[in-house]
Amino acid sequence: MMAFLVITAIAAIRRTDLFAVTMLFGIYSFLTAVLFMDLDAVDVAFTEAAVGAGISTVLMLSTLRLTGRFESSRRRNPLLPLLVVTVTGSALVYGMLDAPPFGDPQAPVHQHVAPRYITESPDEIGVPNMVTSVLASYRGFDTLGETIVIFTAGLAVLLLLGMREGQNLRPSRLAIGDFLVLRVVVKVLVAFILLYALYVLLHGDYGAGGGFQSGVIFATGFVIYDLVFGEADVRRVLPPRWLARLAVAGILLYAGVGIFSMLAGRPFLDYSVLAHDPVHGQHIGILLIEIGVGVTVFAVILAIFYAFSGLRRPSQVA
Amino acid sequence: MSALDHLPILVVLIPLLTAVICPLFQNGRTAWKLALGAAWSSFAIACMLLHQVLNSGTVRYQLGGWEPPWGIEYRIDVLGGFVLLIVTSIAALVLSYARRSVEDEIRPGRISFFYAAFLLAFSGLAGITVTGDAFNLFVFLEISSLSSYALISAGRDRRSLNAAFQYLIMGSIGATFILIGIGFLYMMTGTLNMDDLAVRLPEVADTRTVRAGFAFLTVGFGLKLALFPLHLWLPNAYAYAPSVVTAFLAATATKVAVYALLRFLLGIFGVGFSLMSMPFDMILIGLGLAGILSASLVAVFQQNVKRMLAYSSVAQIGYIALGIGLASHTGISAAVMHLFNHALMKGALFMSLGAVAYRVGAMHISDFAGLGRRMPFTMAAIAIAGLSLIGIPGTAGFISKWFLVLGTLEQGWWPLAVLILLGSFLALIYVGRILEAAYFGTPKENSAVREAPLSMLIPIWILVIANVYFGLNTELTVGLATQATTDLFEALP
Repeated sequence: MMAFLVITAIAAIRRTDLFAVTMLFGIYSFLTAVLFMDLDAVDVAFTEAAVGAGISTVLMLSTLRLTGRFESSRRRNPLLPLLVVTVTGSALVYGMLDAPPFGDPQAPVHQHVAPRYITESPDEIGVPNMVTSVLASYRGFDTLGETIVIFTAGLAVLLLLGMREGQNLRPSRLAIGDFLVLRVVVKVLVAFILLYALYVLLHGDYGAGGGFQSGVIFATGFVIYDLVFGEADVRRVLPPRWLARLAVAGILLYAGVGIFSMLAGRPFLDYSVLAHDPVHGQHIGILLIEIGVGVTVFAVILAIFYAFSGLRRPSQVA
Repeated sequence: MSALDHLPILVVLIPLLTAVICPLFQNGRTAWKLALGAAWSSFAIACMLLHQVLNSGTVRYQLGGWEPPWGIEYRIDVLGGFVLLIVTSIAALVLSYARRSVEDEIRPGRISFFYAAFLLAFSGLAGITVTGDAFNLFVFLEISSLSSYALISAGRDRRSLNAAFQYLIMGSIGATFILIGIGFLYMMTGTLNMDDLAVRLPEVADTRTVRAGFAFLTVGFGLKLALFPLHLWLPNAYAYAPSVVTAFLAATATKVAVYALLRFLLGIFGVGFSLMSMPFDMILIGLGLAGILSASLVAVFQQNVKRMLAYSSVAQIGYIALGIGLASHTGISAAVMHLFNHALMKGALFMSLGAVAYRVGAMHISDFAGLGRRMPFTMAAIAIAGLSLIGIPGTAGFISKWFLVLGTLEQGWWPLAVLILLGSFLALIYVGRILEAAYFGTPKENSAVREAPLSMLIPIWILVIANVYFGLNTELTVGLATQATTDLFEALP
């Protein structure tokens, strides 16, 4: 698996065809996801598959439509970067020499904080998926921070490219929209993708998944539809202005839960006040904040996609 | 819990949520008012927090109600409170000044996005100073860096895009290194809480993993704080960013990175490990000196005034690194003092440059010719803040340099003291070049340049007066800096 990873990375560096490079990046992410699976980190693998292999490939492709397919110049001295990478790599290996072996139950990671997460979280939080307990409750503030990182990314794109209002477009016939099979398949598939996204959102308590992955998958559904049928339809369902509001609403929902706990006299993001029974309160809190995360992630990704696809139009009309 | 107990989270939460709401307003003026309100309330809270810390010791806040190390803890000591005061006060002043400059430099439809990004950068920096959790620090570092990249790229000049991209690459490498470093520490201790890390690290300190983690963390923070030779992203980023952004970032972003480095070096690893058993003190002194001399020398030959002062920032970071490298109480106090004083002078200088950009529109040194008569108050501000930058007695800059020289003499390293004075001499030359052009150059004909508007002058002059005030009355800065350093030394042997 690691060998494949190395080969893909080298291939991605050597190619000048950016389309191929994008695809190789997709493969790279997928391999990473499989590696994470292998290490029993299911939630991480899920995220990597959805974000790395899924949506970021699509975003890179939509950028390629703007820039052109081939790298323009490659007159760079590769020595310095090579040196930096080598030094970093050897430092990483050096650091691993004294690290406890993988899977060692005596490793500090398994001895200090983790036992409480494992033994107490079913009683304290009542959610079978421990990863969700840690992310959403014990370290819920980090997750709020990460959601804001996503929000910042969307904001950065809007600050650079501006937000274009949907100029009431008729459905445009893009190159890939002409295949009948594709249209039918996508039309059927989109419903399932959206449904699956909702399942991932609500099932995060029990299995792998949660707001993050769900938002990405939900956005993917919209992006696919957009790619095949043109964006006029999608934009009519969800105008850019509403997307911005959704992104804001997601974070406000998350933070609102926290502020509610503050008003109830507990620290920020203490969910136990949300119901009479603290464990039940944790449950409600986690669900609410997962929805918040999902909504924001979905809206931001779609907004970024809109911003890119909105740029394309003037040149195509001309 | 009463409202007062929530202050540690509110200082971050208010700007953070205001930032999230800002993009909803089409009208840039409304967004500005919101941002202004958020920044001033954060500043007020920061003052109250510092007061609390000084009266009753370290303030702690358990997020989500989970006690550390299981949950995330906010933890403010004297050092954190001091840096928080720097960040919030500069943010409040820069935002008070910002309205006209932003309307002039940012595209009309994007002003509310701009303020949102500004507030995000601000709350990210504030979050770093109050958190007591290593991974939470990384999350807020990401928020502040991502929004800074966006802010820099919003500059009028097309070159700002390139500068932002360069910064993005360097900054991301830095962030990745920091993350790897935190990962290594977690691997060896099983905890992310800073206090807990400090307790559990000595046991495993003599392992390759911890040493590698230390190296990754220091290189990562070195990139973020633009330590020579990792400073290459800084001059362009500062030169081409919008004036408001340069003023804010120059006065706060590198300071917070220094704070984070101090937190890890002294608060977590401890002086014994970081500066004594690792040869890191000598490295810091060497790099600091190289930074002071080379960057000052480059600054002397710059034609773009903003770029000149950006190089000067790299040199000032050199002084801070030197102070830390001395590994003595005086040296580190000097570094902490210089965080505050440098924020005062660079804030004042870059805001004045923003006023010049607003009236004149260009930054070449020849554009300053004759401005001494056209914009007397702005130029006087540059003159006084410039004197502070050089370190003339009676200004804030003198105090930190004085302590730095004391620190070197304490160790008997008088050649270092000479080199520090040489750095000041170089600063005299480049500041002199600006003032020479402004007061003795012949103005371009028929230019209708007027004095900057009051809304800009007042915040500039508050900082200028602070430069003089803290040069004469050293009680607050010296007292806080020495106490912060004492705490750092006492926390760990």
